[in-house]
Amino acid sequence: MNRIAVVVFPGTNCEQDTVRSLRSLGAEAELVWHRQDRLDDFDGVVLPGGFAHGDYLRTGAIARLSPVMGPLTEMARHGRPVLGICNGFQILCEAGLLPGALIANAGLAFICRWVEVEVISERSMLTSLLHPGQILKIPLNSYKGNYVDPGRSGRVVMRYVDDPNGSQDQAAAVSNQEGNVVGVMPHPERGSDELLGSSDGLALLESFLAASRVGAGV
Amino acid sequence: MIARIEIIRRPEIADPEGVTVVRALHDLGFNEVIRARFDRVITLEVSGSSTEAVKAKVNEMCRQLLANPVLEDFRVVIGE
Repeated sequence: MNRIAVVVFPGTNCEQDTVRSLRSLGAEAELVWHRQDRLDDFDGVVLPGGFAHGDYLRTGAIARLSPVMGPLTEMARHGRPVLGICNGFQILCEAGLLPGALIANAGLAFICRWVEVEVISERSMLTSLLHPGQILKIPLNSYKGNYVDPGRSGRVVMRYVDDPNGSQDQAAAVSNQEGNVVGVMPHPERGSDELLGSSDGLALLESFLAASRVGAGV
Repeated sequence: MIARIEIIRRPEIADPEGVTVVRALHDLGFNEVIRARFDRVITLEVSGSSTEAVKAKVNEMCRQLLANPVLEDFRVVIGE
């Protein structure tokens, strides 16, 4: 069974949904406090959504200094899957594990609604079980969800069908060049049950778990 | 010593707050406003006697934490 660390910072608030979704897919998902400085027994890591450290200074700026980010960075370097959802995406950008940054939504509104995203590339650990052109319905819930990447060095693996927040290239999910580190702004774990309105997010989490089983990026 | 740090948004980065405030100023009749940029100021009290050494340290703090190089430039002024 693959073991997944779901990291909790002060202010993280999506960790339970994330753990529940991963467990529903058969993974052994565990909450890991951000002060922990070892991730030896884990096959993959998720940085869930929320407001780590109150988003003080900038979203993700303080969180990337937490002890857990050391072993997380090592795992990323070794090709293990590292997924940042919403605030986790912001943290991965601040940590330099993904290029670019996230700024306030173009309309300055906090957006909380279902969005449709289109898979652009299956060459990432989050989209490996999907195919380009596939449309998923998952919830977006963010104020700083507007992705900018002046160097254009990230790979957009999913884009919004409509443009909700001004993101460059309508990017909804971005990966590093290797495909094993991915940030996604909408929440796959909230679109994880038909009772909630959609279970499309499960296909993304299944891809993540498949990558954690093989233990390398795709 | 007091270090005054201006965190300056890079001109090529979109500034939704700035755009919104320009629109609001235009609504008030201030049509001469062309652009608004939302910068930030951080003031640090720092121990040390050499202005140059303190400035070098504060520049390093900006590079490592206080400014995001993707979005922002910075300017440090050391005072009393």
